[in-house]
Amino acid sequence: MTHLLLLAPVVVPALGAVIYALAGWRRATAWVSAASAALVLATAIATSAAVVNDDPHTVLAGLLRVDALSAFMLVVIGAIAFLATAATPDHLRTEIIAGRASSRTAARHCLLVQLFLAAMALAVLAANLGMLWVAVEATTIVTAFLVGQRRTRPAVEAAWKYVVICSAGIALALLGTFLLNYASQHTAPGAGLNWAELAASAHTLDPGVTRIAVVLLIVGFGTKAGLAPLHAWLPDAHSQAPAPVSALMSGVLLSVAFYAILRVKVIADAALGTGFARTLLVVIALASLALSASLLLAQRDYKRMLAYSSIEHMGLLALGAAVGGRLAIAAVLLHILGHGLAKSVLFLGSGHILQITGTSRIDQVRGLAARQPVLAGCFGLGVLALIGLPPFSLFASELGIARAGFTAGLGWAMAAALVLVLVIAAALVTHTSRMVLGAAPDGPGAATASPRMNVIAGAALVVGLLACAAIGVTTGPLHPLLSLAADLLAGTP
Amino acid sequence: MSHDLYVQLLDLACGVLLLTAVLVLWRRELAVIIRVFALQGLALAALVAVLAAHEGSIELGAVAVGILVLRAGVLPALLRRALAAAGEERRETRPLVNVASSLLAAAVLTLLGYAVSQPLVALAPSPATQAVAVGMTVVLIGFFVLVTRRRALSQLVGFLLMDNGITAVGFLTTSGVGLVVELGVSLDVLLAVLVLQILTTRMRATFGDTDLDELRELHD
Repeated sequence: MTHLLLLAPVVVPALGAVIYALAGWRRATAWVSAASAALVLATAIATSAAVVNDDPHTVLAGLLRVDALSAFMLVVIGAIAFLATAATPDHLRTEIIAGRASSRTAARHCLLVQLFLAAMALAVLAANLGMLWVAVEATTIVTAFLVGQRRTRPAVEAAWKYVVICSAGIALALLGTFLLNYASQHTAPGAGLNWAELAASAHTLDPGVTRIAVVLLIVGFGTKAGLAPLHAWLPDAHSQAPAPVSALMSGVLLSVAFYAILRVKVIADAALGTGFARTLLVVIALASLALSASLLLAQRDYKRMLAYSSIEHMGLLALGAAVGGRLAIAAVLLHILGHGLAKSVLFLGSGHILQITGTSRIDQVRGLAARQPVLAGCFGLGVLALIGLPPFSLFASELGIARAGFTAGLGWAMAAALVLVLVIAAALVTHTSRMVLGAAPDGPGAATASPRMNVIAGAALVVGLLACAAIGVTTGPLHPLLSLAADLLAGTP
Repeated sequence: MSHDLYVQLLDLACGVLLLTAVLVLWRRELAVIIRVFALQGLALAALVAVLAAHEGSIELGAVAVGILVLRAGVLPALLRRALAAAGEERRETRPLVNVASSLLAAAVLTLLGYAVSQPLVALAPSPATQAVAVGMTVVLIGFFVLVTRRRALSQLVGFLLMDNGITAVGFLTTSGVGLVVELGVSLDVLLAVLVLQILTTRMRATFGDTDLDELRELHD
């Protein structure tokens, strides 16, 4: 039973990919993608229930392992994948009608998205660092063609930058993996790269080698998580990818890479003391926040605006991870889910705006509320969620990170971060209010575009926002899972 | 194999590894760079074969053959195909850093590679770990090529150089990280190169050139 449950999140999307490879894009297969994501979500919830009541499970000769943290990440993947894939058929149909895609492109899109989901599920289920690395690199390869799907100059350029920067960054993580393996072979033979055994024997690791390995691993996986200094691919890739893919990349892919950093940090803390990884993460976090704030102020493209906001939130996650301890880690995990939901709603919304207005420039979108009330409402509320207003869960998680940071003696870093977050919030609200509010333009082109929004695509936006608000009010059934995962990472039982 | 012979062969393979990395920096003809890269793949395979013979491990020997096929055969062939499709632009023109400064940078990177490797050698001194510095240097030179070259194909070589260096470090420090992971790593590298090759072709179709200076559409 547990075997099936554990394999399902990887196998189901892989089967979905096979279906698209064989049957192509047609009426009957349009919803296969969403069905497979729903199944992933269902198995993720079942796995979480099993993990809360039972010990971690290991299957496939120790290659896959699930504990509270991987179960939580599976829930994040399932939930956001469900939103994104539910909005996909409408998105692809509109693209095909507009002549920007063919049914072949659509079939390939769905196939690659399914493989993308399988690779991400594999990454969080991997029992050892090596497997995790392979899965994360696989996500780069699979998504490369999704980013470049439109084959325009900017899209191809974004895909090239994406693959080159992410592969180089992740290569650094591979070097770190090899070095960590070297350290573990000499001090804790038999542990290899296995997470559980590495964490248990981490205090015996040679500090000199582990220090180099940890820097390489955090910078390497940080590249894929969109953290400074190797973040340059993110705004390009996120602005050029089709909306559902941007939603998945920003909502889950970044967090999956960040999950690797969380795991590495457990080992680093045990081997080197908490100070080393903390300093590194604080520097990276503040650099990411400062960068995002400076580029958001004068941003002219709303998809790039959302992308830079992702860098901001990854910076906040890094800050929370730097603080460490149960409260901060639980807040970080909640933030992963909340940010994923809000950001995927926003990217899906931005996809609709792009399809309706035909432009991704902020100053050319005016008076959205008058033309598309539902879409404008979701977009506006999504941005409010993003800047951390209650009742959305980002309020609770940002508050948690800040509180933990001040008690942990990182007051100066927190103060700097809060200032930057305020600047970013101001920039986001200004840009968004320009798009959403105001009178509808009455220039050329204004009269033509006002198609009604597809009901299911609209529902995906509303459901995402409601879920984000619901977990902000109460974590409810997620609570035991979150506290178990936080125990696992904070090192205190 | 006697100990002395083992150490000499090991150092020879590492010497070729380092020399080829520097040659990539020195030469501008893309065809020559690809040939040098194939030679480096050969050196890497030889390095693993020497380790295999020393440890008497058949598994490692098989890995050496795999590396030979992938890095001295398949990857250079892919690069050559990309170059043949490129037609006119066969030279790395105007790299961001000129050749003389690149060679100076290589010297600095070598020192850095040795400095970084000190803790690695200290953990378990042996002829193999003492050669780790070479692997580190190749990684650094690869990164340098990646950030200073403008042709798409040269960047690709830079990425592969990094990867060769990392593989060398991996085998010199331990005998790899398990067959499954090893296979996954090789497959990923191969796929990444295939993806990049396809993207190079698409770039040529949309930009008419693979000079990465043309990539100016996206910026803030």
